[in-house]
Amino acid sequence: MSTTQTVPVVENILKANDQLAQTNRALLDAHRTFAVNFMASPGAGKTTLIVRTIHTLKDRYRLAGIDGDIATTLDADRIAATGIPAVQINTGGACHLDAVMVHNALAQVDLANTDAIIIENVGNLICPASFPLGAHLNVLIASVPEGADKPYKYPPMYRGVQAVVLNKIDLLPYFDFDLAYFRRGVEALNPGLAFFPLSAKTGEGFDAWVQWLAGQISDYASQK
Amino acid sequence: MHELPVVENLLNITLDHARRAQARRVLALNLVIGQMSSIVDDSVQFYWDLLSQGTLAEGATLRFQRIPAIYRCWDCGRQYPLDGQHLACPQCGSVRVQLIQGDEFRLESIDIET
Repeated sequence: MSTTQTVPVVENILKANDQLAQTNRALLDAHRTFAVNFMASPGAGKTTLIVRTIHTLKDRYRLAGIDGDIATTLDADRIAATGIPAVQINTGGACHLDAVMVHNALAQVDLANTDAIIIENVGNLICPASFPLGAHLNVLIASVPEGADKPYKYPPMYRGVQAVVLNKIDLLPYFDFDLAYFRRGVEALNPGLAFFPLSAKTGEGFDAWVQWLAGQISDYASQK
Repeated sequence: MHELPVVENLLNITLDHARRAQARRVLALNLVIGQMSSIVDDSVQFYWDLLSQGTLAEGATLRFQRIPAIYRCWDCGRQYPLDGQHLACPQCGSVRVQLIQGDEFRLESIDIET
């Protein structure tokens, strides 16, 4: 005689990822290695911004890169060309990095001799927001050609970060980009968020960004 | 989209709880999905039908409870649903607002046969 019943579960379906993200964080903390997760849409200038950031900071900190891409090594090659160790993750078509991929990549990094890891997520404004990696800092790179309405259209991404960089401000004269509207959207989703308008190409506004990032790395290093 | 790994997780959680309850079969899953969680019902159903084959949960019905996005205004306290266009508070116009529900994505319960 069979009976039917309802069994309460109440589990977050992405719990497995969230737990592994915590494991990643503990592993990083055990080695006192600071991790930054960069997220953006395709073409926002992630790799250009990351490469310039690495060049500016690599003499002060021991850096490593982890690069997520669907199939190629194009981005990891650009990061390796800066002279820091770089690990490529090919996601095999997946639209985001997850905690498992980053966990496996961390095993290939000399954590004991690394002050900070730069993680470049897959270009996507939706999915990476649902998959924490265990990074200490999540940064969103927006760019002028994308348009000023992106905070309104992709709120989970804008809510889940600790800083927004607005890249390609050298193009502001050529686009109808309403900076005030963009900022209102960001502020609505994430009040008081650190915000850096800059051009990774010309270097305009870049000093404020790298000084802030260096401050984050140094604050972390002096915490313990 | 990332529904495939999502459904793998969902199946693992389901089978784990079904085994613990000594289920012979899983009849249904009761899912709670927020409007802002970027999960597509049809896509979840598609992968579910594929991945659950040959398991205790094969053929189980997926029931989706959708939770609408609700914002709360920090300045005047008004709570209001996302109207699809405007984030700002309809009462005072403030944009200092917070999402208070609508990003859920959880398995609430399963119906099993023992």
